[in-house]
Amino acid sequence: MRVGSRVRAADVGPLALLGLRGRPVRAALSATGVAIGVATLVAVLGISASSQAQLIAQIDALGTNLLTVSPSAFTGGTTSLPPGAPAMIARIGPVTSDAATADLEVQVYRNQRIPSVNSQGITVKAADLGLLSAVEGHLWSGRFLNAATAQMPAVVLGHDAAAALGVDKADGEVSVWLGNQWFDVVGILEPVPLAPELDLSAIVGFPAAHQLLHREAPPTEVYVRADPTSVAAVTSVLAATADPSAPQNVSVANPSDALAARADASTAFQSLFLSLGAIALLVGGIGIANVMVIGVLERRGEIGLRRAMGARRVHIGVQFLGEAATLSLLGGVAGAVFGALAVVIYASLRHWSTTVPLAALAGAVGVALAVGAVGGLYPAWRASRLSPAEALRSV
Amino acid sequence: MNALALRGVTKEHAATPPVLALADVSLTVEPGEFVAVTGPSGSGKSTLLAVAGTLERPSAGTVEVAGKSTEDLSDAELSGVRCRELGFVFQQFHLLATRSVLQNVADGLLYRGVPPTERLEHAAHAVAAVGLAHRRTHRPDELSGGECQRVAIARAIVGEPALILADEPTGNLDSVTGAEIFALLHRLHEGGTTILLVTHNDELARRTPRSVVLRDGRIERDERR
Repeated sequence: MRVGSRVRAADVGPLALLGLRGRPVRAALSATGVAIGVATLVAVLGISASSQAQLIAQIDALGTNLLTVSPSAFTGGTTSLPPGAPAMIARIGPVTSDAATADLEVQVYRNQRIPSVNSQGITVKAADLGLLSAVEGHLWSGRFLNAATAQMPAVVLGHDAAAALGVDKADGEVSVWLGNQWFDVVGILEPVPLAPELDLSAIVGFPAAHQLLHREAPPTEVYVRADPTSVAAVTSVLAATADPSAPQNVSVANPSDALAARADASTAFQSLFLSLGAIALLVGGIGIANVMVIGVLERRGEIGLRRAMGARRVHIGVQFLGEAATLSLLGGVAGAVFGALAVVIYASLRHWSTTVPLAALAGAVGVALAVGAVGGLYPAWRASRLSPAEALRSV
Repeated sequence: MNALALRGVTKEHAATPPVLALADVSLTVEPGEFVAVTGPSGSGKSTLLAVAGTLERPSAGTVEVAGKSTEDLSDAELSGVRCRELGFVFQQFHLLATRSVLQNVADGLLYRGVPPTERLEHAAHAVAAVGLAHRRTHRPDELSGGECQRVAIARAIVGEPALILADEPTGNLDSVTGAEIFALLHRLHEGGTTILLVTHNDELARRTPRSVVLRDGRIERDERR
């Protein structure tokens, strides 16, 4: 047996790079398709992972044991709960704290000269003093109502309400025109994720509502903190406890469910964007196959020469397959870098902690490599099947 | 042992009707010979070179390279024969534009599995042998046509094959440069290299020690001087 031709393993890499170095612009352009696909995949996975981590951290911080009791919007019953509801709810064993609010049919304005239609959608509510601790709310400025200020013309503004009224300090020197009298702003709230309805509210004490505004103020919402181990049990008895005669008129909700639903909703978008990324990757792979087919046609002379110098079919095939795989690998790595960069920028703009799943990075680069290798199969096969004499003649 | 032996070689190109490019050609080249094959266009010169170089299989007859029959060899084994025993020089040079002179020549040993540093050492000798030592780091687009063909010749001889097959090596060159390339081939022949030269330049062919004239796929004349 005669000694045949062979290529050293160390020469395979440089051979694969040869064609790319010869046409760097074409190589960069054809790798761009794959890079866009991979960048999309990494960015979508990274941003949704960061957003979910953020939401889960938020839910953990706020607790999942807050329940809200309100009149059912669908049964056409009253728009308020029975006046005794808060007291009865407080008597449920595992309830650790509760606070009622009542929507008042008065409006708040920056001053008395504002036309009455310009209420800006701000709701005036009377609230129990324990509201802030029940909803895990925090003050942006000033302080919340206490037993004394609850009886006085004092108001705490929700975050959006303060912005709408143009109030940016709560030192008691700013007053707003509330129910045809001046109320001093004593506090401004931070946004309340678990009770976003408070953000566009002006909150006064129940005594002030009764004595200064002369309103009945039946409760319209009760915020309930239950023992975390008994949330389900408390949920099941809340409606009947709040309104024993007509429990169907009472609706019970867990606001953290809404946050969890947001986390789920982001995965719904995720699959859409992932499909887009996969399509970009597929198109990138076809682009690589296309460029490689052109390359094989243009380089018939080189292929013929290599066959004449002793290259076997498999050597030619491996050279072109390696070139396609290198192209897609370069595109994949560039795309992963840009995708991760996009996640970092997006997360830092939103003040999130960045989460880029390593599995997504490695997976995206791996998929890119596979796409390029599959795209390179046909051109490599064509290159390897060229008859050397014809390849040399054709130039 | 012959460097090359064609025995009763016939080559038909697939077409309707089939084209008979070579008809019962027998030709033997001894080691150390310098043979020119001439003939008009379409006489089968290039087909003769392709069949002798195992780039194409004959329709009938046998081809022996360096004393060994190639009839029963697989495609991969034929690659091995070209790799070890044959060196090619083409009209179009076929140099890789992104590689230096030295690298282009070293690539002549790529498919023998020779380590890179050793390839470059051999290439340096071959480049010096064709008088281009001062051009070793240049790229093909910085060279004249004659210099490009010298590089291609260096690439063909770098592995010291049993036979050099040159297909119209002066075809793309002006007459002065062509004469220089011919002189280089002569010098290599005097150093012991076996060369089969295909050319349509009768004047060059007359200056080789042996010339074979093809006509319509048959050997019309085979003269030694």
